Amino acid sequence: MVLNVNRYVCGYCGACVAVCPHCVLELVETWLEIGSGCTECGTCVKICPVGALSLDEVKA
Amino acid sequence: MIDTEYDVVVVGAGPGGSITAKNCAERGMKTLMVEKRQMIGDPVRCAEGIAKHTVKKHIEPNPRWICAEAKGFRIFSPSGIKVEMVGEFESGEVGYVLDRKLFDRALAHEAARSGATILVKTRATGLLIEDGKVCGVELEHLGKKFCVRAKVVVGADGVESKVGRWAGMNTSLKPKDIETCAQALVYDPSTDQEFCEFYLGREIAPGGYAWIFPKGEGCANVGLGILGSFSDAGAPFNYLNNFLKKYLPNAKILEIIVGGVPVSKPTDGIVGEGIVLVGDAARQSDPLTGGGIGNAMEAGAIAGEVVSEAISEGDTSAERLREYEERWFKEMGKRLMRNWLVKEHIISLSDEELDKLAKSIADVKFKGLQLYELLKHLVRRNPKLLWKLKGYI
Repeated sequence: MVLNVNRYVCGYCGACVAVCPHCVLELVETWLEIGSGCTECGTCVKICPVGALSLDEVKA
Repeated sequence: MIDTEYDVVVVGAGPGGSITAKNCAERGMKTLMVEKRQMIGDPVRCAEGIAKHTVKKHIEPNPRWICAEAKGFRIFSPSGIKVEMVGEFESGEVGYVLDRKLFDRALAHEAARSGATILVKTRATGLLIEDGKVCGVELEHLGKKFCVRAKVVVGADGVESKVGRWAGMNTSLKPKDIETCAQALVYDPSTDQEFCEFYLGREIAPGGYAWIFPKGEGCANVGLGILGSFSDAGAPFNYLNNFLKKYLPNAKILEIIVGGVPVSKPTDGIVGEGIVLVGDAARQSDPLTGGGIGNAMEAGAIAGEVVSEAISEGDTSAERLREYEERWFKEMGKRLMRNWLVKEHIISLSDEELDKLAKSIADVKFKGLQLYELLKHLVRRNPKLLWKLKGYI
């Protein structure tokens, strides 16, 4: 599985960054960056207020 | 323009960062405040309510950034039982409804006027750590990376804080410790411009509440927060749409925003060797109300004072900086601990139980009372339902 962000949906609020247990996400202005070290735990997917994050089979 | 060495570097130019920077600069500290966004205060992630006296402690109120003044608040239980309070409150987020875009900028302006250097569109990418002591930050500005040394680094980098984590402080939030929120700024002349309203219920906002805060000229901030552990991808936004449909079907949406609010147990460990955390970064928002502007400013004022004294004494160890944490806990931590306990208990109650609580105090004419008084009435009238809180209220 791989974590994807739909940038057309993302509200760039940073809630996902706050809950990421591995400090993998970073928000700069409207740009959510997914760094290395993601364990696909899905915490950020559940927390996202707009549903911009998803765990998929392939990298979008 | 930017030096390579400062007494204090503040990361983040929200209310917590700006008040810290201001208080350091006023005491003669060579202060740099960096903000990763290119515009301080924008985009907003806040319901913008704050008690008047908290604002007045830190900045002269200015109609430019005050959108509305509420004279009280109403809480609606799941079945619609109304509890109303009128007056000023000790810890409630009721009083002014701000325009955070202008408010945050006004606070940064104060910091600048006090002598702090401000650098926007500048992101902290890491800390300089020597012998286990934080001694500066790595920054990136317009694609250029550089380092700035500091005697103390202040992490005021908000809910998505990294500064503390880089220093080995575990500030990541569990889903049960964050409210995931969505808000619309609406135009609807039917909104009450004199009251802040709160709506409780599993159908409305599981583990949180919905709010309608007046914003002046027929506008209001309409939003809600859902406890992370009760939420699912996109849930806040869906609940908000349902709420609007039900309560304000004619509202015209002028803006939508989303955000996360820490509602964790007040934590110690907000200072380290050469580092302190302030505001949402230190998880200082109120776990019950979600209000964070005032707490961040109060903490910033204490942090600014302690950090400046520590630097003047030449001792910026964790032990010396712990005075900030201790004073913060004495002045705010106790109240936040109580509110955290209340929140933990309230989210465990069913809608029927919440209705029962509301009914028990619906006849009380609250006037000029404090949130604490409301809680006291609740505990007194519902000893069985709220027995867990008895020792704390």
